[in-house]
Amino acid sequence: MKYSSQSVAKPYFIAAIGLFVGQILFGIIMGLQYVVGDFLFPEVPFNVARMVHTNLLIVWLLFGFMGAAYFMVPEESETELFSPKLAIILFWVFLVAGALTIVGYLAVPYATLARITGNDLLPTMGREFLEQPTITKIGIVIVVLGFIFNIGMTILRGRKTVISMVLLMGLVGLAVFFLFSFYNPTNLVLDKMFWWWVVHLWVEGVWELILGSILAFTLIKITGVDREVIEKWLYVIIAMALITGLLGTGHHYFFIGTPDYWLWIGSVFSAMEPIPFFMMTLFAFNMVNKRRRQHPNRAATLWVLGTGVMAFLGAGVWGFLHTLAPVNYYTHGSQITAAHGHMAFYGAYVMIVLTMISYAMPILNGRDAANSNKSQVVEMWGFWLMTISMVFITLFLTGAGILQVYLQRYSETPQAFMVVQDQLTMFYWMREAAGLVFLTGLFTYIASFFVKGDEARLTPAENVVSS
Amino acid sequence: MNQTFTKSMARNIFYGGSLFFLLMLIGLTTHTVTVLPDRDNRQNITPEVALGKKVWEDNNCIGCHTLLGEGAYFAPELGNVYERFGRSKEAIKGFIKSRPVDGIPGRRSMPQFNLSEEELDAIAEFLKYSSEIDTNNWPPNIQG
Repeated sequence: MKYSSQSVAKPYFIAAIGLFVGQILFGIIMGLQYVVGDFLFPEVPFNVARMVHTNLLIVWLLFGFMGAAYFMVPEESETELFSPKLAIILFWVFLVAGALTIVGYLAVPYATLARITGNDLLPTMGREFLEQPTITKIGIVIVVLGFIFNIGMTILRGRKTVISMVLLMGLVGLAVFFLFSFYNPTNLVLDKMFWWWVVHLWVEGVWELILGSILAFTLIKITGVDREVIEKWLYVIIAMALITGLLGTGHHYFFIGTPDYWLWIGSVFSAMEPIPFFMMTLFAFNMVNKRRRQHPNRAATLWVLGTGVMAFLGAGVWGFLHTLAPVNYYTHGSQITAAHGHMAFYGAYVMIVLTMISYAMPILNGRDAANSNKSQVVEMWGFWLMTISMVFITLFLTGAGILQVYLQRYSETPQAFMVVQDQLTMFYWMREAAGLVFLTGLFTYIASFFVKGDEARLTPAENVVSS
Repeated sequence: MNQTFTKSMARNIFYGGSLFFLLMLIGLTTHTVTVLPDRDNRQNITPEVALGKKVWEDNNCIGCHTLLGEGAYFAPELGNVYERFGRSKEAIKGFIKSRPVDGIPGRRSMPQFNLSEEELDAIAEFLKYSSEIDTNNWPPNIQG
């Protein structure tokens, strides 16, 4: 570790992985409820399990982003963190608030939670992904503002690099667009329109800045490629992300009551949204190919390349599959959407956080650069088990989705929703099996942290790159 | 990338392009908001519809259902349920009221929310209002 204050990243990463486990356990429960409808009913109805699944995802990714920022920014700025103490305080505030919210979801009916948290004063609850009680949302704003202040002050007093500026822009954007979660008009169309200003402008907007900057940071560290080259790529990638992604918001404005010109704008711009993701793939592979040194942390290199590929497949290809308005007319709100959501979130955001953890954790644990070879092998098993099972989850949901769209919406004699669902059972069982493999992969990944052994070091013969 | 394309060019494309398209998004959104009254059925937003939306939110209906195609994919689309139930608010109320407390063995079931008569009327009215929003003809058919 170059700066001792980077160590505040460690609890953030540990919390992220812990909540990740919770997210997957609830995913397994939901997957089973798709085929065994009364599983855990009425104690944990599907809507509760889903809320826990998606909210845990968001919270642990935020933990991951924050940990990444605390690790990266001192090194980029070449100075200690402005206030390590503030970072630790905010960590506990965020963790306790997050845990209480999840307990609230599980302990009492949602309507009761809405009542006791005073949702009537400022109703923001009951909307997809924004189910948190209003008071939790306010807490998130406070934590994020404190966090940005800490990061911003560190950048201000140190070296200003493109990577840290892009990261800061992404984080500020994250905070600004989250404010739309407090706007909940009675008019359903307006509600939905601006709901997307949180959800779309996060995951297909400013989060891509955070993703790009973490990717750039780890590539510099792992490959030793010149910063100038990396930063040029970063600018082009995030330029394409926002140029396509901002108006790409339109692909959510097809069928929610908004004017029909969005059918064109949304289709054209979102059809180009795969471009920045494809560039990320090229970026990662190009930089690794042009590496100026070998890095003993081979697991981190695997994660960085995996992120490039899977983000492009999940966000790019699976997004494009159903983004054109005439296609989306049939696929909107079907299992196709679920298929895309799973691989996109995993490939882009889960994997970039795990990339960062893979790179940073050995250093945070006091090693020079890498875990033991044995530990890395176990970690790579975790990588492959999770990544391959996620590919299969996506393929099975896509199969379910194609059949659903045909039976329910496309055929001459459309069938009722539940009649169709009963015919998709086989796909849902296979998805559940793939989900269990994913869980196995996650446990394998976690086990890698406990594998001991001497630090992997390169022999002089290995440490040569032919040009 | 080659040397004639410099980092500062890339930076300018980023700042210029992002700003331009952010302004485009804001402009188009503003325009959309001004023409929405023709499409969003706001003339039918009564206090009862407003209460219905609150009941909808307070019980996390979106956690299982889609509404205009957005939400969870565990239970049927409700943007057109008013049409599907034969334009009958009573049928919607009857369905919600009659959900068994302990579910249906082996099958998906909607929880029993114990809504009051006023809340039931409101949610039915909200779903009727939702069904009359101009959604560019979505969903493709009555099954949602």
